[in-house]
Amino acid sequence: MSEKTKTNIFKKPGVQSLISSLVCIILGLFIAFIVLLIINPSGAFTSIMNVVKNFLWFKNPASRLKYFGETLVKTVPLLMCALAVLFSYKVGLFNIGTPGQYCAGICAALYAALKWQWGWVPCVLFAIIAGALLASIVGVLKAYLNVNEVISGIMLNWITLYFTNATLTAVKNPASKDTLTIASVNKAALLPKIGLDKIFNDKYVTIAIPIAIVIAVIIMIILDKTKFGYELKATGINKDAAKYCGMMEKTNIIITLVISGALAGLGAAFYYLTDFEQWAVTQSTVPAMGFNGIAATFLGGLNPIGTIFASYFIQHITAGGAFVDLTKYSSQITDLISALIIYLCGFVLFMKTFMNNLIKKSEAKRHVKEFNINDEGGNK
Amino acid sequence: MLLLIQYTLIFASVLILVALGGCFSEHSGVINLGLEGIMVMGALGGALGMRFLPIGIPGLFYILLVMLFAILVGVLYSSLLAVAAINFKADQTIVGTALNMLGTAAATVIVKAMNTAVNPNDVSSIIQYIEPKKKFIVYLGSFEFNWFMLFTLIILGCAWFVLYKTKFGLRLMACGEHPQAADSVGINVHKMRWSGVLISGGLGGLGGICYILAGVSEWRFEYGVAGFGFLALAVMIFGQWKPTRIALAALMFGFFRALSNTYMGFGFLQALNLPSTVYNMLPYIISIIVLALTSKNSKAPKAEGIPYDKGQR
Repeated sequence: MSEKTKTNIFKKPGVQSLISSLVCIILGLFIAFIVLLIINPSGAFTSIMNVVKNFLWFKNPASRLKYFGETLVKTVPLLMCALAVLFSYKVGLFNIGTPGQYCAGICAALYAALKWQWGWVPCVLFAIIAGALLASIVGVLKAYLNVNEVISGIMLNWITLYFTNATLTAVKNPASKDTLTIASVNKAALLPKIGLDKIFNDKYVTIAIPIAIVIAVIIMIILDKTKFGYELKATGINKDAAKYCGMMEKTNIIITLVISGALAGLGAAFYYLTDFEQWAVTQSTVPAMGFNGIAATFLGGLNPIGTIFASYFIQHITAGGAFVDLTKYSSQITDLISALIIYLCGFVLFMKTFMNNLIKKSEAKRHVKEFNINDEGGNK
Repeated sequence: MLLLIQYTLIFASVLILVALGGCFSEHSGVINLGLEGIMVMGALGGALGMRFLPIGIPGLFYILLVMLFAILVGVLYSSLLAVAAINFKADQTIVGTALNMLGTAAATVIVKAMNTAVNPNDVSSIIQYIEPKKKFIVYLGSFEFNWFMLFTLIILGCAWFVLYKTKFGLRLMACGEHPQAADSVGINVHKMRWSGVLISGGLGGLGGICYILAGVSEWRFEYGVAGFGFLALAVMIFGQWKPTRIALAALMFGFFRALSNTYMGFGFLQALNLPSTVYNMLPYIISIIVLALTSKNSKAPKAEGIPYDKGQR
């Protein structure tokens, strides 16, 4: 009997997702380790361990706490981008325009904060609207004109990047290529800290962190427990069936992308309104945050709660990239790891089928055994 | 004016090569969103070739060798997509996206490692190829004729011939339209899809080396290829998956891309006084508009993106 409950644990989809994600992480790290070994065998192991350790690299508990806080600060935008990708993916749309929508959020939040001197609430709302509007273009094109959302998303990423660079040049620090710090211009636009900065002893830790986690939970409730979420998912599984059931499939597609874009825009506001980083107006690529969001989504097993941990993990190793031996390797090794993880996540379906087959085989074996035992009993 | 034509032709060549790559892959039934990453890897292969091949090798032979390097690396890299999408039935969108990120990250790591190995203070991701580049260019008056323009034309002809006039091409297209039917008459769908993806890898790699040789004589691999792989996919869709139309579409896109490099040379465009940002955005804006106009009646291969499962026959 006890054996039976044991096998049942591995049958659960959640457990299978967790195992698959762990396999992806371990394989990703292992391949990166081999790459480091090829580049320079001495120091490869310490470097890959430093990537995994990140802030634990510091000996002093106070610095550990501070850098843990900073990793959390950077996890917030990643989590929001990951949720944006996840929300649209659940509805059968691959929103690769997330980096562009994130970028639009940055543009809106920083411009409102620095040029118009708005408070933090309107700045956040403006960023949400910017992200949502940009994503709605993708949605309308997809719903009414059948334009592949991946390609239109990528095109809008580039357009938004050029637009953001041109717009934010107006609020640039004359002495550098970065935008002005918010603290120097308009302190009212900084996100409130409600004492969290004291706990972590880091001035960038704000309410963004708890709110982001709450949003992840809300997204899960919307998708799994509401009629609205059910309709969206039904549209994703079969557009035509949804239409015949009386759902407005075109509107659903657009709403999905609007929510997705809004999440990405919010992520941008939650990060750039902490003043942790400024926008360099000479950037030649869209922020990697959106693309890493894709990694976090799939690593999190397409589950909002899993995504929280996956986002943290991706950000943890990305920050850990700074601790590799930079005289021998480049910090891009962590980009390599996240790209490898996404690639390996493509095999998750196969891994799950493989696990299910193993379970079936072992169960079949046991049935045969039980049958034999019963058979012998009968012969006596 | 001459400069505009020159840039139009070279950018169109890149787009034709890569879009034809996408065309082969999609006709076999696999969506290749990883073209961008494949271009980066192909560019890396070619650039490494130019760095290590002795410059003394005679002209045409040298060009062919560099092209061969780019094609080989592209083919090898695209096999990552083929394994995942065909044998393991992975989601082609995810794998393609992963290949794009992996391409840029891997190329940066490799080039940086090589640069740092030569000079510990050099942490850039740049490969220079000033001398080798000259071999690819023939001056006709002030017009820079690039050998790739000719090769593209030849490859375009070959692609049309292979797709429509050979047994292989017709079978390949059958696998993208109705793999079950193709399988039932004895065509090996997996093999056909593998060839489709590998051909697209080769063409994508070639497009990559052509792209980094288009204007500059050094390349910073952190930059990737600026969305050209996706522009090529837009060209392919606009070209309705047909080689001849792809060529026309590529010329149009190439023109708008070239305009952003050369608009300073035109009096009337300068008089408009538009910021340079507008010209940078132009190719992408045009491609969205074009897609909006042409996607409604899409002639996409019917079975593209769906992993082939024998059990569903």
